[in-house]
Amino acid sequence: MSFFGFGQSAEVEILLSDAESRKRAEHKTEDGKKEKYFLFYDGETVSGKVSLALKNPNKRLEHQGIKIEFIGQIELYYDRGNHHEFVSLVKDLARPGEFTQSQTFDFEFTHVEKPYESYTGQNVKLRYFLRATISRRLNDVVKEMDIVVHTLSTYPELNSSIKMEVGIEDCLHIEFEYNKSKYHLKDVIVGKIYFLLVRIKIKHMEIDIIKRETTGTGPNVYHENDTIAKYEIMDGAPVRGESIPIRLFLAGYELTPTMRDINKKFSVRYYLNLVLIDEEERRYFKQQEVVLWRKGDIVRKSMSHQAAIASQRFEGSSSHPEARTPGQPSDNNSRQ
Amino acid sequence: MSDAAVADTRRLNSKPQDLTDAYGPPSNFLEIDIFNPQTVGVGRARFTTYEVRMRTNLPIFKLKESCVRRRYSDFEWLKNELERDSKIVVPPLPGKALKRQLPFRGDEGIFEESFIEERRQGLEQFINKIAGHPLAQNERCLHMFLQEETIDRNYVPGKIPPGCPGSLHCH
Repeated sequence: MSFFGFGQSAEVEILLSDAESRKRAEHKTEDGKKEKYFLFYDGETVSGKVSLALKNPNKRLEHQGIKIEFIGQIELYYDRGNHHEFVSLVKDLARPGEFTQSQTFDFEFTHVEKPYESYTGQNVKLRYFLRATISRRLNDVVKEMDIVVHTLSTYPELNSSIKMEVGIEDCLHIEFEYNKSKYHLKDVIVGKIYFLLVRIKIKHMEIDIIKRETTGTGPNVYHENDTIAKYEIMDGAPVRGESIPIRLFLAGYELTPTMRDINKKFSVRYYLNLVLIDEEERRYFKQQEVVLWRKGDIVRKSMSHQAAIASQRFEGSSSHPEARTPGQPSDNNSRQ
Repeated sequence: MSDAAVADTRRLNSKPQDLTDAYGPPSNFLEIDIFNPQTVGVGRARFTTYEVRMRTNLPIFKLKESCVRRRYSDFEWLKNELERDSKIVVPPLPGKALKRQLPFRGDEGIFEESFIEERRQGLEQFINKIAGHPLAQNERCLHMFLQEETIDRNYVPGKIPPGCPGSLHCH
């Protein structure tokens, strides 16, 4: 049984040592609200203090020990009882005893591995949080503080364009091209559709971004498709030889990096769906996967001392210790 | 690959369009009109036929112009054949109007002018929707319906040509 300080004789707070300087990032909660949490990257140290405030200074608080944990876990909505913890660190702050006054305890989790990005989806949630626990005979006093983790990558060495000729025999032939196969979250999709044969009456054409969240393994795999964006690229009937340009800015949409087989529990993949619609509302479509990755921010304008040193030492981002190349599924396995 | 601060959003290179393609007739011309309803026969053996005229430049149709006469039950036959053999979702036909076929009505029943016009419009919508569907265009029954004088109900169902849907999906 745990209470979050409700009606208890003590109030527990967790405070980060770099709360003033650390950036916060927006993250959607399970019920769709957007909230801000402290942002961490893989390898960064998580340090701070746990403060214990006695509500009634005259009463003594007996306890069986105080600890703080750093947890990274995956929760599948259809299996709520089972949390799959992939990171679990604990520091004991106090041995069993009693308190007669308010106190604070420092803690530090050094260079913590945070292999995956925080994710709140339709059927699965991956979260990182600190949990301070005062063990008591009947009811523990527990306080949790969520943080958000982003995984960064650098420009991939290999990023070929996607170019394909598809169609329905004797009816509709098109050649579509997208300038890259891997896009970062603030990137632009530049492409074109070239019509080789048009024997149907096309009314318009659009490009959709589809997010597919896959949970479960083996026979119990479940896909949840969500259309993140619909973007009309052509209005009217094309003829042979016409070329329609595509320019789609990704920064305007709610996207996450591509996540492949995270801890063998779930995947999040993105697809571009090219849709042609004819005058009888028939839809002709071609789906193509694209890999999305998160680029680290570059410290540019600030003329502070720190920034100047950082930009000399590292090309691009400085405060982000580890960056992986996207599109390498073996990365996750090596983290076990 | 350079770490560009601003993405390159210039258009990809494309072949300029041939002027004969740009200004030539489109390759997707297909028009079917249903008109000139005529009621034939006497008494209880009466029925209404409609002229089905098709004009097209699609190569899959043998005749670029055709004109045949069809009755409502012929449309029903076509609908059943397509529902059985093709993978398409066949649009609805205008109603069978069974109530209109009951005796002791005050009007002409199914031979009432307004009803025939309503049905004509429904049949025209139906046939245009189907004839433009690439998967329906592969079915022998559609070609027989549109371009042959009479419908041979003992025909051998099949595809024209052997169906090969490309890697572009249609539904």
